[in-house]
Amino acid sequence: MNRLIGTPVTRRSLLGAGLATAGVLAMPAILRAQDKSLKVGVYGGYFKKSFDEHIFPEFTKATGIAVESVAEPTGEAWLVQLEQAAKAGQAPADLSMMSQTSTLKGQSTELWTPLDTSKFKHYDELLPRFINKYPDGRVAGVGAVAWWITLVTNTDVYKEAPTSWAALWDKANEDKLGLLALASNSFLLEVTAKTFMGGTSALDTEDGLNKAFEKLAEVKPNVRLWYRDEAQFEQALKSGEIPMGQYYHDVTGLAAADGFHVRSTFPKEGGIQDSGNWVLSRASTKVDEAHTFIDYMSQPSMQGVMSRKVGTTPTLKKDVLDLKPEEFAAVSSDIDPIIPRYDLYTSKADWINQKWTELIVG
Amino acid sequence: MRREAPRSLADYTPLFFPGLMLVVFFVVPFSTMIAVSFFKRNPSGFYTPDFVIDNYARFLSAFFGGVLGFSLMLAVLVAIGCVCIGFPFTYLLTRRSRRVQTLWLVGLLSVLSLSEVIIGFAWSTLFSRTAGITNLLVTIGLMDKPVALLPTFGAVLTGMVYQALPYTVLVLYPALVRLDPTLTEAARTLGASPVKAFFNVVAPALRNTIVATLIMVFVFALGSYLLPQILGRPQHWTLSVLITDQAIYQSNMPFAAAMAVFLVLISLALVGMTLLVGRRENAL
Repeated sequence: MNRLIGTPVTRRSLLGAGLATAGVLAMPAILRAQDKSLKVGVYGGYFKKSFDEHIFPEFTKATGIAVESVAEPTGEAWLVQLEQAAKAGQAPADLSMMSQTSTLKGQSTELWTPLDTSKFKHYDELLPRFINKYPDGRVAGVGAVAWWITLVTNTDVYKEAPTSWAALWDKANEDKLGLLALASNSFLLEVTAKTFMGGTSALDTEDGLNKAFEKLAEVKPNVRLWYRDEAQFEQALKSGEIPMGQYYHDVTGLAAADGFHVRSTFPKEGGIQDSGNWVLSRASTKVDEAHTFIDYMSQPSMQGVMSRKVGTTPTLKKDVLDLKPEEFAAVSSDIDPIIPRYDLYTSKADWINQKWTELIVG
Repeated sequence: MRREAPRSLADYTPLFFPGLMLVVFFVVPFSTMIAVSFFKRNPSGFYTPDFVIDNYARFLSAFFGGVLGFSLMLAVLVAIGCVCIGFPFTYLLTRRSRRVQTLWLVGLLSVLSLSEVIIGFAWSTLFSRTAGITNLLVTIGLMDKPVALLPTFGAVLTGMVYQALPYTVLVLYPALVRLDPTLTEAARTLGASPVKAFFNVVAPALRNTIVATLIMVFVFALGSYLLPQILGRPQHWTLSVLITDQAIYQSNMPFAAAMAVFLVLISLALVGMTLLVGRRENAL
């Protein structure tokens, strides 16, 4: 999962990994034992910059706990690093922002310290889909931020905004689409199921998955670019070279605000809502500080600040937020979202990956 | 100065440091990779130490065979393309004055400072419909309307040849600059045209250099992972792209390691075969 803006994925993954490694090496020297402190991992680049600017200083002011932010690499590399470090009793970061699939994978080795939800004042106001639980009910992760992947178009080429994900299948759009290259970050199986098969529960069976793959194969002639790298598609979308595709709602909004001729549309089947959790490494000794941090971040006012400053979608129920209607509309939609089937990417990971690769490469 | 064979252990000490580096930075990581390639993958988590051959078994399919074949074919074409362009170019360069040579070599070296990312994005702009070179052709009246030249196989090949060409020239240059000019003079005196002299005398005289260059560019191109993604369609993705997918996005280290080991073995075998064939011909 790549959630940064403007720089190519390979470079930034490397950069992120490098920074994370450098962070690990530099950490003991930076922290003084007597101070209350917390190491928090966030996606390197745009996210980290926004958090360093708008969020962490306020938290330190309010609680006296110093935050050291650690740049996480994208993909699942950070999960692997945390796991290896935890085996050695080390925590490169106490708390990390972690994708849903990675949170589930971490559960398999009990990588996450279960969270005591009685310490979170606003726990009951969190939307249930943003609470990640172990099979026995202990809470492994709590929603940090959410974001949308929507249908985006170049306004010069498409005067009218498309209204449905079905536009991806339209024969008129041959060789015009840019789509994410992996099953587990494009969530196109879910889109197919919601658009043509009545909902993502159609993917429960192998038969349903096969049907979704078949339907998805019809999209192939329309796809010009399968991208891993956001910058590659963003550039082509802005110039009209590749005028339609799936992309991040927040970044498209920023580009439109900068005067580029692009728009983001919530299709009638709903946008794809993806999110990251706060998870606590089992090797961390900063359990109290971590709970204070999650509690602080889950306040309606902080969720509002993040929506305004970082462009993320709140993880709390809408009625407790202090966002104005237009502010809410800028970061979300009332249309029922497509929630990715994260469970599939752990239980059937290799099978789906193999079929997906054969589908787009073959 | 006369070279003596090393006799005592102390005579070998200069070798210890490079030997140690080789062990630390090559032997250990490569052995780790081989070990991991036999580990057991847990799809819902990580991997556990074990000895299973599932990872290799999964690779042995028509699908991965096709991707491997394409990667090898692409690397061979890049190597041939680079030598076809680089060899005559370097030969002509060595006939120029010292000053001209220096300027060209500095220019080529500066291309090496460009990262693969920059090369990829630059070519993708050059090949685009909205801002690419076809717009120039339209302006001068050679084409009716601009077209996109990517994603295509040709675009991938162009990008990769561009990336590897400076290395090719730098490897060929020392050998060509040291080539005895009397060889061509003799050929010319005996009545060969310049072109004939080049193909019948210069090229065969430097056959070992050419083979070495081909192998170097082949190995270099085999690892390419970014350019096929930026300039090609999924059909043009190399095995390296799929290895990265497995390692970074699927956290399937055992399978990624197995694919990497396979790629290394196949390329070693090809390089070995090339050298063997070369030696046999030399012996004749």
